[in-house]
Amino acid sequence: MNTELRIGVFICHCGINIAGVLDIKGLCEYAKALPNVVTAQANLFTCAETGTSAIKKAVKDNNLNRVVVAACTPRTHEPLFRASCKEAGINPFLFEMVNIREHCSWVHRHNKDAAQAKAGDLIRMAVAKAAFLEPIETFKSKVEPLTLVIGSGIAGMTSALALADQGFEVILIEKEENMGGLLRHLHKIAPANVAASELIEEKIAAIKKNKRIKYFTSAILEEVTGYVGNFSVRFSCGNDSYTCKVGVIIVATGGIPLRPEGLFNYDGKNVITQSELEIKLKKRDIEAKSIVMIQCAGARIPERNYCSRICCMVAIKNCLYLKDIIKDAKIFVLFRDIQAYGVENEALLLKAREAGVRFIRYRPDTPPVVENGKVKIYHPAMGKEIFLPADLVVLSTPIVAHDDAESISRILKVPINGNKFFLEAHAKLSPLDFAFNGIYLCGNARYPATVREATCQALGAASRACITLSHDTIERVGTVASVQEELCSTCFTCIKVCPYNVPYINERGRAEIEPMQCQGCGICVAECPAEAIEFKYISDKQIMAACEALLAS
Amino acid sequence: MDNFEPLIAVFSCHYCSYAAADLAGSSRIQYPPNIRIIKVPCTGRVSVNHILMALEDGSDGVYVAGCLKGTCHFIRGNYKAEKRVQYVKDLLSEINIEPERVQMYFMSAAEGTKFANVALEMTEAIKKIGHSPLNKSRS
Repeated sequence: MNTELRIGVFICHCGINIAGVLDIKGLCEYAKALPNVVTAQANLFTCAETGTSAIKKAVKDNNLNRVVVAACTPRTHEPLFRASCKEAGINPFLFEMVNIREHCSWVHRHNKDAAQAKAGDLIRMAVAKAAFLEPIETFKSKVEPLTLVIGSGIAGMTSALALADQGFEVILIEKEENMGGLLRHLHKIAPANVAASELIEEKIAAIKKNKRIKYFTSAILEEVTGYVGNFSVRFSCGNDSYTCKVGVIIVATGGIPLRPEGLFNYDGKNVITQSELEIKLKKRDIEAKSIVMIQCAGARIPERNYCSRICCMVAIKNCLYLKDIIKDAKIFVLFRDIQAYGVENEALLLKAREAGVRFIRYRPDTPPVVENGKVKIYHPAMGKEIFLPADLVVLSTPIVAHDDAESISRILKVPINGNKFFLEAHAKLSPLDFAFNGIYLCGNARYPATVREATCQALGAASRACITLSHDTIERVGTVASVQEELCSTCFTCIKVCPYNVPYINERGRAEIEPMQCQGCGICVAECPAEAIEFKYISDKQIMAACEALLAS
Repeated sequence: MDNFEPLIAVFSCHYCSYAAADLAGSSRIQYPPNIRIIKVPCTGRVSVNHILMALEDGSDGVYVAGCLKGTCHFIRGNYKAEKRVQYVKDLLSEINIEPERVQMYFMSAAEGTKFANVALEMTEAIKKIGHSPLNKSRS
């Protein structure tokens, strides 16, 4: 920019929050004397209508082309002031904010002189930085109003149906021959006491009937490229290969119960898993009178250090169904800790206790030992080892990630954790999103979930997806990195360091960053040995200018 | 030397340590007024040059404050920053400048107290080390 710099500085009293400690008049005088500053004004509350109008008026009156506000934290108020700049007719990114409240008046209130000096320094640094601010534009990209849902378990089917209900087309792919996922093998769902088959058949029928949903079984995901609003997907289905354009992707690939090979003498006959028990319960094919369930079989151990969360509730549920079928059954549940969260599950636990199911705690250093027809366990209350008769031993094994979780994570460029479950962007703030825009997550693929939780997550993920799908185009602020091709030496550094795998080598043999995909962290900018990557949002010049202004010249 | 008030530059990430500094403010936790925060989107944005510039331009100490390990908003920017800080430390040792002048800290957005403690710890440490030999305007 060749035009003359005209910076306006606005200093907020914030009532007494700032003015109670700092001499605002003095700061104004100080700011006025700084290079390129045309005007410096004080406002009682800069964020109030009077304050923002004062900014707009000053921009007009003084023909300002940079605005600096010294007030509270940009984390809450930057959007407001950027909007004021926009209304005043200057690019919202020609704005800089200084925090003299949280970072100064509030934390140095017993040291007014030092606080005053610090506030002056911070304003000086911001003014210096403001000289190098550059306008940043927003850009638009088209949204394909189509969703790819990967996996047709309860989570995948629920989100597909929810999206179709909202009027969006869905492509549902399932790697197995049949839709339905884990629920196909289960008996009944607690606490609602619904047959799993009923639940799943209903959903499958709804999917098959729905004109907006195209489903493919025995379908394998092969390639995904592109970005939010505009993904290109390739998958195969038998010998056929399909490609399609979708706007968003929902990962509902689920999980699978661990097969406890080598654990507690597992043989699939007298020592079985909970899911094998459910198949027997479905067929009412059980004769055992004394049954021992062992919790945490293969879970919460060094190689699988997580709690699968749902197995305790599965065990409690199955104890009750067993008691229903075999009235005089003796059932023992050997557990490490019981995880039966929520009012209804607590109630089921009590019901199981009332029905005569015995719960015995074991410690990982004295695990139960299964030997022909008996289970040896150290009883902590009795202080000795006891033998429990066991016609049938049922192992509660954890849900583990599918074998292909890793390859799907590579295809989608989304992360998985150490246990190969997909990793959300933030456990609390965005539990159904990936860090990569436009890809969402629900169900067991993320972490073991009950049917109810998987359903909630599926509806949530569908709702997240709708935010994108309901727009024809998406707008993004250009706070992104871009490669200056003439400086790029194709060293692959940016490709290696980008946490989102965004940079690629284009047809001219130079690195390129797709602005719709760039998340704006600036990691590649700092790493690029040729300094070929431009980052207008926080440029090197801006940082250096702030550093140079650390000391008063 | 008794009245030496060091100047310390802090590179703070938007998502964690800057928020922690805000929290220290709203909790009114008092800490020494020696630090000057330069906000960056992620500590991964802070290059070796930036840290060196801050030293060259007169700060007696510099620290980079990012998210807790494993919780970086940009997945691994804080690990990159940690490596670069180590690089600068090695560089400083080679030219006989105390590497302790440059540090890396990790904190969550909820750790206002930690932010204040780090500011205090760093200020005390730099006070002990003394003026930076690079700080021409003061020597």
